[in-house]
Amino acid sequence: MNLHLECLTALTPEIIVVGTALLVLLADLAVAREKPLAQRIKLTGVLSCLGCFLAMAWLALAPCSAHAAMLAVSPVTQWLKEWLLLLTVFAAVLSWNARFTRHAGEYFALLLLAAAGLMLLVSSDNLLLIFLALELLSISLYALAAFDKSSLASSEAALKYLLFGGVSAAFTLFGISLLYGMAGDLQLGVIAARLRAQAVEPMFYAALVMTLVGFAFKLAAAPFHLWAPDVYEGAPTPVASLIASGSKVASFFVLARILLTAFPGARGMVSLGDYLPGWAPVVAVLAAVSMVVGNVAAIVQTNVKRLLAYSAIAHAGYALLALLADRRHALSALLFYTITYAVTVLGAFAVVGVVEAGGRRASLADFSGLSRRAPVLSFCMLVFMLSLAGIPPLAGFFGKFYIFTAVMETAPKLSLLWLVILAVAASAVSLYYYLQVLKQIYAGQPAPSPAWTRPDVSAQVVIVLLAMMVIVLGCAPDLLLGKITELLKSHPF
Amino acid sequence: MLAWTIYISFLGAAVLMLLPAGHPRPARWTALLAALAGLACAAAGVADCRHHAGFGAFTDAVNAPWIAELGIRFHLAADGISLVLVLLTGLAAVAGVLFSWNVENRTREFFAFYLALIGGVYGVFLSVDLFLLFVFYEMAIIPKYFLIAVWGSTRREYGAMKLAIYSFVGSAMVLVGLMAAYVMAGGRTFDLVELARHANSFPPAFQNWAFIVVFVGFAILAGLWPFHTWAPTGHVAAPTAASMLLAGVVMKLGAYGALRVAMTLFPVGLHTWQNTIAVLAVVGIVYGALVALVQQDFKYVIGYSSVSHMGFVLLGLMTLTQIGLSGAVLQMFSHGIIAGLLFAVVGRMVYDRTHTRDLGKLQAMNLSQVLPFAAMTFVVGGAASMGLPGFSGFIAELQVLVGAWQSFPALAILAAVGILAGIAYTLRAMVKAFYAEGAVEARDLPRLQPITVPERAGALLLLGATLLVGLWPQLLLGMITPALNSPLMQPLWKAGPP
Amino acid sequence: MMLSLLTFLPLAAGVVVALLNPARQKLGRNLAFAASLLALALAAGLGAAFDHARVGMQFIESFSWVPSLKIDYELGVDGLGLLMVLLSALVVPFALLASWKIEHNPKLYFSLVLFLESGLFGVFTAQNFIHWFLFWELSLIPAFFLIKIWGGPQRTSAACQFFIYTMVGSVAMLAAFLALYASNDPATRTFNFAQLAEAANGRHWLASHHVLATAIFFGVFLGLAVKVPLVPFHTWLPAAYTEAPTGTAMILTGAMSKMGVYGFLRILWPIFPVQMREWRTPMLVLAAATIVLPAAAAIAQKDLKRMVAYASINHLGYCLLGIFAAARLTDGSTVFANDQAAALNGVIVQMFNHGLTAAALFYFVGLIEQRGGSLRGLDDFGGLRRPAPVFCGLMGIALFASLGLPGLNGFPGEFLIFKGALHLASRTALLSIPGLLLTAVFLLAILQRVFSGPLPAKWSGWPDLTTGERLIALPVMALILALGLFPQLLTGVANPAVMRLLGIF
Repeated sequence: MNLHLECLTALTPEIIVVGTALLVLLADLAVAREKPLAQRIKLTGVLSCLGCFLAMAWLALAPCSAHAAMLAVSPVTQWLKEWLLLLTVFAAVLSWNARFTRHAGEYFALLLLAAAGLMLLVSSDNLLLIFLALELLSISLYALAAFDKSSLASSEAALKYLLFGGVSAAFTLFGISLLYGMAGDLQLGVIAARLRAQAVEPMFYAALVMTLVGFAFKLAAAPFHLWAPDVYEGAPTPVASLIASGSKVASFFVLARILLTAFPGARGMVSLGDYLPGWAPVVAVLAAVSMVVGNVAAIVQTNVKRLLAYSAIAHAGYALLALLADRRHALSALLFYTITYAVTVLGAFAVVGVVEAGGRRASLADFSGLSRRAPVLSFCMLVFMLSLAGIPPLAGFFGKFYIFTAVMETAPKLSLLWLVILAVAASAVSLYYYLQVLKQIYAGQPAPSPAWTRPDVSAQVVIVLLAMMVIVLGCAPDLLLGKITELLKSHPF
Repeated sequence: MLAWTIYISFLGAAVLMLLPAGHPRPARWTALLAALAGLACAAAGVADCRHHAGFGAFTDAVNAPWIAELGIRFHLAADGISLVLVLLTGLAAVAGVLFSWNVENRTREFFAFYLALIGGVYGVFLSVDLFLLFVFYEMAIIPKYFLIAVWGSTRREYGAMKLAIYSFVGSAMVLVGLMAAYVMAGGRTFDLVELARHANSFPPAFQNWAFIVVFVGFAILAGLWPFHTWAPTGHVAAPTAASMLLAGVVMKLGAYGALRVAMTLFPVGLHTWQNTIAVLAVVGIVYGALVALVQQDFKYVIGYSSVSHMGFVLLGLMTLTQIGLSGAVLQMFSHGIIAGLLFAVVGRMVYDRTHTRDLGKLQAMNLSQVLPFAAMTFVVGGAASMGLPGFSGFIAELQVLVGAWQSFPALAILAAVGILAGIAYTLRAMVKAFYAEGAVEARDLPRLQPITVPERAGALLLLGATLLVGLWPQLLLGMITPALNSPLMQPLWKAGPP
Repeated sequence: MMLSLLTFLPLAAGVVVALLNPARQKLGRNLAFAASLLALALAAGLGAAFDHARVGMQFIESFSWVPSLKIDYELGVDGLGLLMVLLSALVVPFALLASWKIEHNPKLYFSLVLFLESGLFGVFTAQNFIHWFLFWELSLIPAFFLIKIWGGPQRTSAACQFFIYTMVGSVAMLAAFLALYASNDPATRTFNFAQLAEAANGRHWLASHHVLATAIFFGVFLGLAVKVPLVPFHTWLPAAYTEAPTGTAMILTGAMSKMGVYGFLRILWPIFPVQMREWRTPMLVLAAATIVLPAAAAIAQKDLKRMVAYASINHLGYCLLGIFAAARLTDGSTVFANDQAAALNGVIVQMFNHGLTAAALFYFVGLIEQRGGSLRGLDDFGGLRRPAPVFCGLMGIALFASLGLPGLNGFPGEFLIFKGALHLASRTALLSIPGLLLTAVFLLAILQRVFSGPLPAKWSGWPDLTTGERLIALPVMALILALGLFPQLLTGVANPAVMRLLGIF
């Protein structure tokens, strides 16, 4: 009885969100059938946001911890859920003026279910529940990616996503089952204890690699990134923004949890002159390849959404570096980086959405002369692009700086210098393509047609808010970092 | 007081963005006011420092905790060397605004980017926390890019991108070295003085690579040969005010960073690389001068001359003698003013009116008759650039040569040859552009708009500065010498000649 | 204060004139001329207040300028300096009067001449190298523009050649002095001439660095040799003097060339005695070449101005002969003391007198060019004695003075120099005597071809000297006569300085 109550209390936010999803479906079916599409979308959208806000309020006002029945809820995870919900709210707001679908209720319900998946993902330290949450998230996203029925690219994107996702899920599941076979349990802590007691077999490495591969796909780390450009380009923009932001944050957190909780002993070493097998070399290789592939491929892109996709691959590489740092810094650096990245990329996609709304595509040429038509939005895009490039005093810079410093401090000191040099070099190269976007915006001439329509207020508000966050978190990173450090100190997960 | 130089510049930029578009006049005056206020704060700061700790030690302007987790503080302070460069920035900023008075296209955005750049530059010169220094250093890259890409001329997008990428690669190198130093010193603080104290404990192998990485990272922006190739392209592509700032102030950011960060933190590494860099510096002096001698584009002549003059700065830094470094810092100031002046003449006075920079075409225009003020300004500016006594460059080059003679006599002689080449290309450009007497008939002379009041004001400001410092070098040397005698600089002298 | 006032007066006046409204050309001219006369008055006052008996610098002014480098603002004059200052103060108004009829922007021309004058005063009163160098360079730019803007057909290349040659020499000199400064340890470093001379006499510095000292010597030597000029560094001169407008040529030959010889006496002689002795023989050969070769070249010329230019080089060769002849070790014995004193006195006297006569010659050639409609070839004229007897007479005096006729001012200098040189450096002196003869040949040729012989019809209306021109020429002519008859006016002033110089040897 107590256990169930505890779990229910711990899961209340997820329950609220799922409840909202059902409510939204009902509302659309029952009440809003007759109304025009725009109104229906607005209604369902606002309802979804309200539900998320309710969940966020609960998280803020009723903190709780629980470590039972596959759940591992702590202040860190609750705080992280607030961010995930915030990202979902932003994605929902951006969808308020969507014109790509007639299925309003279904759309927002799926969005909320994806949010539920995100939240469950970070609440668990049991491999099975993790997998379940991963699947919930992924399936919702596959469906959402296909929602623009008028676009061939959307269907293609969703299909690719599904196929790749399915295969990677199979890999992950196989890896999990191998681990279960070796350790006899699915709880991360128990697995760690059992593995420490045994000798390390080759099967263990196979399991580790397979699990990592599954997650690498989810994170769009090279060489498992092939789905990302098409999905980012084809999916409707608000959906792409959620894929790029929320899904990344949660997945990284879970990966960190798995690697650092379950396999601390199997870390291995990958410094120059020193090699020890473990998950660190694999992560290092993934990171290195992602950074290189992402940045190099982005240079030649002409579509901004594809450009953001390749940049996402590169950023996944930088974030993976954080896993290689010492334990006390690894998680805080990772969290800081992924949260600020999520905020930034959501904003970038929001701007892309605004540009597309006028009937344009999202190619570089369509951004030409934006600074004259919408100076505020252009400035916000400047902020987002420069933050992604890592220019101070924006959040992206400090995120990268913190990760690089943390990696360099990994004992023995400066052992991973080669990796940091690679990362810094890749980051330097990235400025080129971000400047290409900004060059179009500021130095280009606005095309006469199609005519520019004023963007919706909601989108503008979201963009400006996100830009402000990026600037504030860049100038005073302690605001975020302090909170993270405080949470981790009192409750190391 | 000094911190207000930074704040006012950024505030000015923000205010400019709030002004209504399409009205150049309020934008210009706002920018001018902001630049003048910055200069006034700089001067007040100098007086302030003189009262407090003198110019030898750092006088704190702001020292607040920032990111406690990593030991980063928002720490602004100045000693004699910083103050000299802050004064330079103030003067260059005001002159740049005056010479951009005729910008009509998107004026407020132009000046907003301009003031943001100035703010970043002030920040670099005033930061004592190396993280903060790096933040301002990188912040300065983006306004540069936009100033060139939007308002530039020849091949502006290419020039802007080249500059941005080179600068960014340079700062990436600096970042690696800086983080390494931070980690090696225990990961507790980024304060310059604190880290310098750890310098002794850095192992020599570490210092050897860390020094060259950080030094080259900064020296790319300073125009060290062979990493200088962004400079001519960038200068030519940039609009007048941007090239004035680029050659006048931004290149000094690189030299200042090299001095403050690379040379102070890694003295052992400095000693290892001293001779190599000195040779590269002299190659830059001679190469820059010889290439300038054969250019057909007026602005390229000045661009390559900048590379040549910065070679003197780098040579002075490498002599590791007090007199050599004093000359290097003075040359930073002097060249900043002179380069600004020359670019103003070439860009604003000549190019904006004749729409050509080709020396061959200018030969036919008899500009000494049509634009006498411009001709006179270029004569005096050119004389200053040649290093004629009475102007600021003379004492600076004198000190660098004396220092170089003590450390590398052969290189000093080569540098003197570079001076000769400098005289030659300046003379050639001056004669070809202004005194070639192509069109003799009065009716064949081009009708050009006369030199406006803001241009005169800007020219007189810069000319006055170089004359004042040339005739009374003690004004600046009185600030530089105590700073070079400070305990922070002591390890450098140990690495130098006995 | 007097010397500073003297030096900066022309500079300030030049700035004022340059800044005047372009419409007020006449005012500019008058102001400039007035300033030059004021400078002359100041110089004369200086001369009057000068104590002839005292050895050493007078009217010394010394202020700390750049303490960290131990560079001071130091001025002072001794007899030699005073004479050079007087010479400059005399030549400049003369040159300004000669340039009165310039049509193109005379205001700028006059202000540039004033800047030049300031540079001259500065060099002749400087007591340390930085001060010297500052004014040395200051005189270059106005000279460049004077040739470039108002010169003859080949003016651009002549001006550029002049500038580049002189600059190369200057940079060599600068580099040498910097090496000297840098090689000493920080406690004893100095740029001050007197202190450097003392150190040289004490023979401590650079005694061990023989090669370096020689290199430094040659650096300074190069800078000065280009200015004098000494063969083979003279190739810039004929073009520059020929293309320069009359007034500028007068100043160039009258005063600026003396900067070089002055430098030999003020810098090389006291600071590098060892090197002077070591390299005496090659230098004497060069001096002899400077006497003979230009004279020979002058004979081959057809352009009057070019001939006078070559004559200039030749006359300065005598000065260098005198200097190098006197640079002979006496081992304390006074056997050669008289000869040395004679030679050096001769040098100084020749410097002063040549300044006057050469300026006068260029003035007259300028008048010929004006009246001849820009013709100034040797063979373009003839028999001008008849329509213009006064012209012929006065120019004849100048020509004979240049020749060295006794009774005119060219004689004492050459006489004293040869008196000393024949004993001190007999072979070189003998080799140089043909130079005297060759000079006589071409100077007389000028007299003969231009003034005697048949008068072509087109020149029958050749105007004689106007009253104005007579008044301009008169003071200089009077000086030429007076100094020829009373050379002790000069030697009296020069001798204490000479004694001081010889004290070194």
